[in-house]
Formats: sequence, structure tokens, C-alpha cells
Amino acid sequence: MIALRRFLRTPEAVAGALILAALLAMALSASWFFPRDPQSIAGPALLRPFQDWTLPLGTDRLGRDVLAGLFHGARTSLAVGLAAAAGAILIGAVVGTLAGFAGGVADEILMRITDAFQTVPGFLLALAFVSVAGPSLATVIVAITLGAWTGPARIARAEVLSIRERDYVAGARVIGMHPLEIVFREILPNALPPVLALSSVIVAAAILTEAALSFLGLGDPNRVTWGGMIAEGRAVLRSAPYLSIIPGVALVLTVLGVYLAGEGLVETSAARRMNA
Amino acid sequence: MTRALRLIRRRLIGSIAVLLIVIIGTFLLLEAAPGDAVDAYVVSVGGDASMIEELRRRWGLDQSAATRFAIYISSLARLDLGHSVAFSRPNLDVILERLPNTLLLMGSATALSFCLGTFLGIVAGSRPGSFRDRFLSIGSLALYAVPGFWLGLVLVVVFSVQLRWLPLGGIETIASGKTGAARALDMARHLVLPVASLGVIYLALYLRMMRAGMAEVWRMDFVLAARARGIARRRIVLRHVARNALLPLVTMLGLQSAAMLGGSVVIESVFSVPGLGRLAQEAVASRDTPLLLGIILVSAVLVILVNLAVDLLYAALDPRVGSSGEAA
Repeated sequence: MIALRRFLRTPEAVAGALILAALLAMALSASWFFPRDPQSIAGPALLRPFQDWTLPLGTDRLGRDVLAGLFHGARTSLAVGLAAAAGAILIGAVVGTLAGFAGGVADEILMRITDAFQTVPGFLLALAFVSVAGPSLATVIVAITLGAWTGPARIARAEVLSIRERDYVAGARVIGMHPLEIVFREILPNALPPVLALSSVIVAAAILTEAALSFLGLGDPNRVTWGGMIAEGRAVLRSAPYLSIIPGVALVLTVLGVYLAGEGLVETSAARRMNA
Repeated sequence: MTRALRLIRRRLIGSIAVLLIVIIGTFLLLEAAPGDAVDAYVVSVGGDASMIEELRRRWGLDQSAATRFAIYISSLARLDLGHSVAFSRPNLDVILERLPNTLLLMGSATALSFCLGTFLGIVAGSRPGSFRDRFLSIGSLALYAVPGFWLGLVLVVVFSVQLRWLPLGGIETIASGKTGAARALDMARHLVLPVASLGVIYLALYLRMMRAGMAEVWRMDFVLAARARGIARRRIVLRHVARNALLPLVTMLGLQSAAMLGGSVVIESVFSVPGLGRLAQEAVASRDTPLLLGIILVSAVLVILVNLAVDLLYAALDPRVGSSGEAA
């Protein structure tokens, strides 16, 4: 409760939380407000926004409802962002913890693999993976995860290297705990907070990467995505720029909301650690 | 000098290991892709079943995975990245033809984001906590939330469609017959929007890092001493605080090169700049996996070289690095 109050004290964090709440509401209510397939024709083509109140944001080239697309697209963005970030943090935490705890050759090999993943541009890797595995929600998530786990791995390893020498780890060793048990019950939970502090940056990057992939036509073809809507609007950029601009604004607000809320969370937990 | 050589040697050994892992990765992706080099060759050149068998045997594609990997590595060692189906030319030729445009785009965008980001970072960090500082910090965060390709489209709508100031896309006016300075100016006009869309977004990174670094340096004793000696605030900001906060940003330059390359893929597609990124998208569209993997390998080498250059620059700027052979 105190943490919540402290979180809500900074205006930026409140703004971030509000944006995220709105986004979540959009994603959850999408099929309730817009039960029809968002890719089906809803009215005349290229209807401008604020003309017809049954289609408030207008329609695209094929007469599809832009507002319905926005709601259903929120679902895709949120799902990909959260799933890819969760995957990246999980893989990164495990790899980093194992590398830091094992040391020696295992550490060297794992860290060179991390280097290799950081050397290849993440977006090119995602592009290659999706083009080989075929575009679907699952492959897009895996593709983004592949390029995002290295940051968490590095931070987890650095944390583990310092935790490894603490007294309670030595104590666990003395009472004969299995090394793997020490890793996952004593070290990993304590190494996690700094890794989790990265999560807002990773979610934001994942949402932006998904948008870029679907902008290039590599998103799941059976789902509405904001990136896909921007690409679709590009064909009529001269006559109907609103078709590209509206989903882009949604993207910017979403990513900004994630950053702001994330900064608020990090500040809150830093303040709590200082008080404790 | 020996210090620099030692640094290069250590970095090269690590880089070779990294490159080997990247090659294993691309090999796995190549194996996972539907169809092989013979299928691709037959599609572009043609041939019957017996010829296909013959080719598979000659190229070693009927061997075990380990042998195929050995063949892959040895052809890479001869700088043979395979044959592009989409372009009916060797992959490396196609890639090297497009590389300069991407380097020009990336280099200009990096220069823009580094210089402007550092400058604004100094402005924000000269008085931590002030209105100016908060405004720039929030503003840069908002900028960092903008997808580059969308910013590109918005800039096109404003500057090319509405105002008609700048060209819509491409790297230069086609068949304009321009040479020398006129051609350079023409290319510069074409590059304004792509460089702005790519560079402005990463500006936030340098701004925030500079600002955070300066906030830390302000708390140090030597700054207090400088203030006690009555040195002008302006001089303290530039000569003492900013100067000490600048060094980590140089490392960031290297780390960001991979992200810049990735970002240029989408930007090049938006502005139809014939570079490496647009080539990657064309390779995906025509299902030319060997070409795409060739691009990935070349990008990895590029990123390794940029990081090596940045390390050397860092060693030149900071005499503490590498002097003991222990550090870094």
C-alpha cells in the first residue's frame, strides 16, 4: 500500500499507469465492443475520421473499421510484448545465473554465445527467423525473444558473481545443499530484482520490434497489428495519411506508457530499498 | 603502441570465437529453411532430376550434417557466400554493392544522434533537477518511444507531400547525369529524411546517458574543489563535469551499431534506399535465405569491426585502459 502510494506520487508514473490501464482495457474488451472480425468490411472505403459516429475513426482502403483494428491490434501488441519480455527475462536469468555460478569454461562458452547474439543485429535475426519458420504469433514472439535475452543475461551474471561470495551462499554449501539447489533457491531469487528492472525497456522494445516486423509484412497474417495497419495505410499516404498516423500514435502512447510506468516502478523499489 | 597492439590481439581472439558461433547459427537456420542450394540453383538455371542428383553429390549436400558444415565453413573462408537466386549473382557481390549506402546512412545517423544527444545531454545535465532537465528527459523518452519507420512516414507526409521540400525516397535522382558536388548535394537531399528518422530516435539514448553521467560527476569531490576555487560555472560544466561523463558514451557508440543496422532495415524500406537493409527485405520477399544469411554474416563482421574501432578509440582517450593488460 505504501509502495503504491509512493508509486503514484510522481506524475510521470501515474500517466504511464493510466495509459497501460487503458491499453489493457482495450485489449480485454476488443471482442466485446467489436465482436465482428476486424478484418471484415464494415462500411464504405476510405471514410474519414469523425464523419460517421458508428465508425468514429473512419475506414481504410477496403472499408475496414479503423477503431476496431486499433482495439484488436492492442491485443496483439500487448500479447507479443509481454510474452517476448517474459521469455527473454527467463532465458537471460537462467543463462546468466548458470554462467556466473559455474564460472570457468562453461562461463566462457555461455558468454561468447551471448556476445554472438549481441553482435548480430536483433532485428535482422528476427527477420531471418520469421522468414524461415513462417509468420505466426508464436514465431514472432520467439524471434523477438532471440534478440532480447542478452541484456538480462549480462546483468544476471554480474549480480550472481557478487552474490556467489556472500556468507549465506557459503552457509548453504556447508550444510551440503546440492549446487543446483543453491543456484535456484538461494542465488537466482536474489539476483532477480535488477534483471526485472530491465523489463519495461524489454517490453517496449518487443512492441516496437513486432510493429516493425508486421510493417514489413512479417506479422501473423490472421491478426490485426498496428504495424500492419500503418503499412496498409502507406499505400494511400498522400490522400489519407490518417490511416498511417492513427495506429502510429497508438504505438507511441503505448511504448511511452510502458517506459513511464517502468521508471516509476524502478524509482519506487529503489526508494524502498533505501528505507529498508 | 604495444598497448594498442595487445588490445587488438585480445579483441581479435574473442571476435573469432564470436564469429564462429554466428556462423554455426546461420548454418542451423540454413538447414532449417525449406529447400537447399541445389533447389535454388535449379530454379534460376534449370535442370532435370539426374542433374539435380549430380549437383547434390558434387556440392556435398548428400553428406552428413557435419560434412555439410565443413563445406559451409570452407566456402565462407574463401569468401564465397553462395549464389543469390533472386539476383542470379554471387551473394557477396550483391551485398558489397549495397553496403556503401547503408554505411553512409548509418554513419550520418550515428553522428547526428551522438552530437545532438550529447549536446542536449550537457544542457540537461548542467543543472540537474531544473525544469530544463526534466523537460529534456521526458521529451527524449517520448522520442525514444517513436517507431522509426512511422516517424519516417510522418516526415514524408509533412516535408515531401505537403511542403514538397524534399524527395520522397531513393538515394539520388535517377539518371540525372549529375557528377561531383552536384551529385553529393543531390544525395544529401535524399538522405535528410532517412537520417533524421533513424538518428533522432537514438539521440535519446546519448542524452539520457550523458545526463545521468553528469549527475554522478557533480557529486564528486573534485567538482566541489573546483567550485571552491571559484572557477566559472560554465567552465566547470564543460571542462570538468561533461568531459568526465563523455567517456562511457564512446562505448555506447559501439554497442549501438548493431541496433542502428537493425533499424536501418525498416528505414531503408520506407525511403527505398538501396542499402543492406532493403536488400534483407528483398531477400525475405523472394525467399532467398542464403542471401539473407549472408547479410547477417556481413552485418556481424561490421559490428565486430565497429566495436574494435571504438575500443581503440577508447584506449586512446583513456590511458588507464589496457595499460596493465588486466583491465577491460
